[in-house]
Amino acid sequence: MADVMSKSGTEPAEFVFDAESEALIAVILAKYPAERKASGTLPLLDVAQRQMARLTGSAWVPRVAMDVIAARLDVAAIRVYEVATFYFMYNTKPVGTYHLQICTTTPCWLRGSDEVVAACKKHTGIKHFGETSEDGMFTMTEVECLGACVNAPILQINDDFYEDVDGASTESLLAALRRGEKPKAGSVIGRQTSAPEGGPNTLLDTPSFQAGE
Amino acid sequence: MTKLTIDGIEVEVPNGTSVLQACEQAGIEVPRFCYHERLSVAGNCRMCLVEVEKAPKPVASCAFPVAEGMVVKTDTPAVRAARRGVMEFLLINHPLDCPICDQGGECDLQDQAFSYGRDGSRFAEAKRAVKDKNLGPLVKTVMTRCIQCTRCVRFSAEIAGLSELGATERGESMEIGTYVEKALSSELSGNLVDICPVGALTNKPYAFVARPWELDRVDGIDVLDATGTNISICSRGGDVLRILPRVNEDVNEEWLADKGRYSVDGLKRRRLDHAWIKREGKLVKAGWQEALVHVAEKIEGVPGDRIGGVVGDLVDAESMLALRDLLVSLGSGNLDCRQDGAAIDASRRDFYTFNTSIAGIDEADAILLIGTNPRREAPVLNARIRKRQLAGGLAVGYIGEAANLTYPVRALGTGLPGLKQLLAGGAFAEVLKKAKKPMIVLGASALVGFDGAALLAAAWKLAADVGALRPDWHGFNLLHQAAGRVGALDLGFVPQAGGKDLVGMLDGGVDVLWLLGADEFDTARIGANTFVIYQGHHGDAGAARADVILPGAAYTEKTGTYVNTEGRVQRSYAAARPPGEAREDWKILRAFSAVAGKPLPYDDLPALQARLEQANPVFAHLGVLPRFGCSDLTGPAGDANALSDAAFADPMPNYYQTDVISRASPTMAECTATYVTPISVAAE
Repeated sequence: MADVMSKSGTEPAEFVFDAESEALIAVILAKYPAERKASGTLPLLDVAQRQMARLTGSAWVPRVAMDVIAARLDVAAIRVYEVATFYFMYNTKPVGTYHLQICTTTPCWLRGSDEVVAACKKHTGIKHFGETSEDGMFTMTEVECLGACVNAPILQINDDFYEDVDGASTESLLAALRRGEKPKAGSVIGRQTSAPEGGPNTLLDTPSFQAGE
Repeated sequence: MTKLTIDGIEVEVPNGTSVLQACEQAGIEVPRFCYHERLSVAGNCRMCLVEVEKAPKPVASCAFPVAEGMVVKTDTPAVRAARRGVMEFLLINHPLDCPICDQGGECDLQDQAFSYGRDGSRFAEAKRAVKDKNLGPLVKTVMTRCIQCTRCVRFSAEIAGLSELGATERGESMEIGTYVEKALSSELSGNLVDICPVGALTNKPYAFVARPWELDRVDGIDVLDATGTNISICSRGGDVLRILPRVNEDVNEEWLADKGRYSVDGLKRRRLDHAWIKREGKLVKAGWQEALVHVAEKIEGVPGDRIGGVVGDLVDAESMLALRDLLVSLGSGNLDCRQDGAAIDASRRDFYTFNTSIAGIDEADAILLIGTNPRREAPVLNARIRKRQLAGGLAVGYIGEAANLTYPVRALGTGLPGLKQLLAGGAFAEVLKKAKKPMIVLGASALVGFDGAALLAAAWKLAADVGALRPDWHGFNLLHQAAGRVGALDLGFVPQAGGKDLVGMLDGGVDVLWLLGADEFDTARIGANTFVIYQGHHGDAGAARADVILPGAAYTEKTGTYVNTEGRVQRSYAAARPPGEAREDWKILRAFSAVAGKPLPYDDLPALQARLEQANPVFAHLGVLPRFGCSDLTGPAGDANALSDAAFADPMPNYYQTDVISRASPTMAECTATYVTPISVAAE
């Protein structure tokens, strides 16, 4: 890992929490007793990753940030490295502005995640999972179940789930992102959360559930 | 106490014992990889599965506490099948490279695969490979062999106290390492090699040198610090190849400091294997007879008070006694063992020993460290303090240059003013007073210089003031760096009535100076006309100044008695022969005494050891350390009120090169380049 970072030459020389992050950290650390503040490792890593996204446009946790967190929480640096590398949600390498996380686990795959992957590859020019597009806008990652199988297939872009996607809708989503728009998260075919496609189909005889009421 | 039945054997064990420990008590061996009795329980290897009656499935015995009336079965078809399954999974990603693995022959995985392994693999997929990590000059890694028991992670976090190793990534990608490549900074890192159950972490300088079944093992005592670590000296055909720790619960438990383990290659370099005589300013090779006669001629006619003797840090008690007897028979009282000039008061034994004892650290509830860095001066002893600290309820105060001792300390100043404040009272003095078993640990190297005697007296006075000196508890401790020092003091190798100390013998204070392994002082200060005899095993500062060199034996090549900093008398046995013409030191002195016409009254080692007991009865008790309280509060000579405001110097700036053996060792030189030089460069 260390080699990857040093070769890519992207590791910043230093990391300092900005005022916005500090305000979040104060709230987070207030939740834990002082001698248990190591519990703040996970939320602080998240704060660091979001600060990087805010300031550099790439949501990742550089090693220096992990060192800062370790010092802040009075734990050995390796304890923070362990946590940061264990969880998939922390990026230990820079990612593009839009982090395309495609679920390819069985339900999504059955519902056509291969199409989504192909559309992403076609639109961004990325050849393999884990790579970033040449313009630095997109990184494509294969993820395991995102817990939204009812709306499969799922494409998670940064923090938002885009559900019920297929090849065409994926491409139009990415095109919108490229134009600087922020498409509405959720089902792209207009389903209300995970309610049945095309409207209710049970309890139709119950007056209060009938359409229009 | 809890009663349970294991394989039909009824055992009674304390509450909270794990099933695995109970099995051991019943004499039943349970295979394990991740479980280590001195580390926390991880329970991740699953090799120690046993069947417990009424439990629905096999349980990991290392992490399963005993319960009253429990019935445990360790050798049923189900247990064997479960362990076979675990073993099969462990071997999935383990390479089949035993023939080229240094762990081969002493590998837990190899041994247990013998009992629980399948004869073939059912795993047809690709095995994973893990990149090797560079952990510095001492520990070699072959990470593909790692079975992720995390013993090393727990050792570095718990025993060594420097969390540098961890498990990064997860699942199939999980790796043990430091994440950011760095050399392990612990002085105990060699123990990682011992605790690794497979060949993932091995001894780097020893790579591909020997197989364990080729080695002869001899019990020895480590002399590279004053802890008196029990070691096993492994040799093949008279070649000392490696050194391993031996279990001694009262001294080193099962650990060994890196200098003791890795300076073994220094035993083969820069050795004195021939007698040398300086003729017309040049050293010329000589035979034994020639050299001894030459020395005898030079000594003949020199009055006793113009002859002096200095013994070094690594010398065994037998040789020191022989030299002492020889010099006394020549009428000399000019004896000294304190090469650094430390103001040690040898008039009472508890003035110069670690009286609480190393095992006694486990009982202490407050420790004050004065002018000592135990992490470097005695790494194994430091681990004991850390262990006590982890158990809770220990306050450690520290007076000295800021250092990371691997446990939290209360900094009380960097020099003598800190001690003066404590003598006048203060918060930590109250902590010591309230403590039931307080310890004061004074570094012997802090006694060097102008304030030495005053510091010794002041530390003693503080110990008396805070109630550390009681008939049932002796809390005054002197921590030595030199393995031979306490033995020399026990033998009275200090200036006799009217005799000169080392400083008195320098600058022409004597005409003949006999250096027995003494290299740790400024030999340039020896008078130009002083005839110097250097008897020792390495060509270092002493030999460079010598007029006659008598080649002696290193600690692995002679049977000798050493007294550690506690005052524990331990015997080390010869594992090899001295190189070339070199001989055991006491034999050289005995032979010389005959040539000089004053034969020493012992012809063999048992006779000399009997003389040792006669010289000081403490030498009669091998291995055991009687612990005494303190009922006589009279302090050592020195004015406790005469302390200046000086700061303590770093007691050991370079841990890796402190004596002739470690200075001759290429491994220790590499460690110095890795750990010491970059730091001192950065500090400038």
